[in-house]
Amino acid sequence: MRITDGSLATIEEKILAGERLSFEEGVRLFREANPLQLSSWANLVRRRLHPDELVTYVVGRNINYTNVCWVQCKFCSFYRRPGAEGGYVLPPGEIFRKIQELLDLGGTEILIQGGLNPALKIEYFEELFRAIKARFPIHIHGLSPAEIIYLAKISDLSERECLARLQRAGLDSIPGAGAEMLVDEVREQIAPHKDSAAAWLNLMRTAHQLGIPSTVTMMYGSVETVEQRVEHLVKVRDLQDETGGFTAFIPWSFQPAGTHLPEVKRASGFDYLRTVAISRLMLDNIPNIQASWLTQGPKIGQIALQYGVNDMGSTVIEENVVTAKGAVFMVPLAEIERLIRDAGLTPARRNTRYEILPA
Amino acid sequence: MRSIRDQLRQAGLAGIHTKLLQGRRLTFEDGMRLYRTPDLTAVGYLANLVRERKCGATTYFVRNLHVNYTNICNKRCKFCSFYAAPNSTDGRGYVLSPEEAAARVAQYAGEPVREIHMVAGINPKLPYRYYLDLLQAVRAARPEAQIKAFTMIELAQIARVARRPLAEVLPELKAAGLAACPGGGAEVFSDRVHEELFRAKLDNQGWFDVARAVHAAGIPSNATLLYGHIETEEEKVRHLLHLRDLQDETGGLMCFVPLAFDPSRTELSHLPVTTGYANLREIAVARLLLDNVPHIKAFWIMITPAVAQMALWYGADDIDGTVSHYEITHALGTTSHRQVLSTEELLDLITEVGREPVERDALYNVIEEPLGVRRKG
Repeated sequence: MRITDGSLATIEEKILAGERLSFEEGVRLFREANPLQLSSWANLVRRRLHPDELVTYVVGRNINYTNVCWVQCKFCSFYRRPGAEGGYVLPPGEIFRKIQELLDLGGTEILIQGGLNPALKIEYFEELFRAIKARFPIHIHGLSPAEIIYLAKISDLSERECLARLQRAGLDSIPGAGAEMLVDEVREQIAPHKDSAAAWLNLMRTAHQLGIPSTVTMMYGSVETVEQRVEHLVKVRDLQDETGGFTAFIPWSFQPAGTHLPEVKRASGFDYLRTVAISRLMLDNIPNIQASWLTQGPKIGQIALQYGVNDMGSTVIEENVVTAKGAVFMVPLAEIERLIRDAGLTPARRNTRYEILPA
Repeated sequence: MRSIRDQLRQAGLAGIHTKLLQGRRLTFEDGMRLYRTPDLTAVGYLANLVRERKCGATTYFVRNLHVNYTNICNKRCKFCSFYAAPNSTDGRGYVLSPEEAAARVAQYAGEPVREIHMVAGINPKLPYRYYLDLLQAVRAARPEAQIKAFTMIELAQIARVARRPLAEVLPELKAAGLAACPGGGAEVFSDRVHEELFRAKLDNQGWFDVARAVHAAGIPSNATLLYGHIETEEEKVRHLLHLRDLQDETGGLMCFVPLAFDPSRTELSHLPVTTGYANLREIAVARLLLDNVPHIKAFWIMITPAVAQMALWYGADDIDGTVSHYEITHALGTTSHRQVLSTEELLDLITEVGREPVERDALYNVIEEPLGVRRKG
């Protein structure tokens, strides 16, 4: 890793020419590229895609409707097993109160996520979404693929039927959570009860075909190799070629504290920034790369703006899943805007469809 | 890297790039340009050229201990949350006797410490003898470690209580164990900032007078810049150029350390915390303007280990040390959550980002055979 190093020149040529990078080239970037190369190239690609130099964010709120979940992922400290003490399902009134609070703050999106709770079938969500839509002009970004796959199963529906009914009831888009690493060898180690990589991708394919867009995440820094990270990126890119339904890619680092994998070392700032940059370089067909403030904190979150990030995601009012794991970064709206301006860029509020809202 | 050429041009830094390649010195205007361009990568690229020219991939670290021998201070600087005023009655004020200071460094007897960093408040009650006893006691407790102690402000105070010129006092301090000076207390060399934030402290000219005397006595020092409060970019560039002039004159500076101001619990607590951009930029600009200072330090306690790791590609070649017992900046949540890194964690930070760790002592002598440490990479 030397700045004067002429290696990677062929990769640089491809980046400058706007050509697609191969799996092998992605791996080489992880192994050989230095931070300044990655920053320079990822910046170039970000500017090409977002020449207005805007950095967007959405004002939203997480609503964790239940923490009951039977899956027991080793990296999760949020869930309670069915029947265990401390399990909850939020009453509708509580959910409505949270949405009203958000609207009062000028918010436009709720992220509804929970666990795989055997007591909640399709009718629960249809009623909930209809009730929300009847009361509030709000975008429902909700239910990760794992929740939808499980919901279809316990409701005795095909995934397509399940998604179509959710969509009719008011589901607007799907968060790309639970992608973890889309490599089964890794999934078996960190989340043995979760769906396979193919099942996750399939669910997203069906959603996109129905016209439900989604984001996609990657949780790196657990037990995976560099090759497996690139495999994840290539699988996401392939599906995007097919459907065009992914709006944004969101890499975030595994947080070992409080999980069943405490021996794993917490990924560094450099590992985050290179992963963000290589994601920007590999995913030529996904428009937005979103920062993960919650796991990285404001300093590295801001530096990521020089490593390919063009979106700050949701300014979070509430995030139970990550805080239960020990990452405690909370960045208020004014601070996000200050950090964007300090980086010489222009903050802009967007909706969940990535349309810029009037200031 | 072809992509960077366009970036340098767009950022208005192509002229500076040419100067660097020709080995020419940067001007005040160049410094302003480096502070004002939004393109942090381009600034980092230039700083890294200089860094790699000076020392390649080498990154220095030290196994060190901090001793803050008193927090009693009569300077009442607005940016400080550490001090207790001499007449305060809240019970926070303390002075370590030489024996207590020695006992504190002896506590870490199992650790191969090479540098003892010792700074404190300006406590008017301490006599000259105290400082000599302190140095001797600490040296006797850890003869293998070098003592880097006393900011320029403390040295002025020591000469005052000794009632003798500093030039006479310094050889005695040196004989008692003073190997180097940390150079703190410079803050920002601006009369405006001095008047507003640290009026009672040694003025800017005084700092340079002390530094000259220290270097003339054969004691090398560091220098600092406290940024992220009310200072302007012009003031920072002038600060760096003043230090460059001093170094041309004395050659006594080993390392420059940009210090990120932490507003929490100070009289300036309304100010925001320094950003990651600012942290990297200060390091890069310092590397570029201070062409005659050998080392630039990323002090991880103030800017977080994650940013310090990245700083190794933005001009820094020193990441300070394992730091046991640091008391000046305690803030939680805003700066580093932790006050200690193990040697292994420090080595991991350096090697993961493609740099080569080299252990040093307080004078930047390379420790060829580290004591009981597993070297990596």
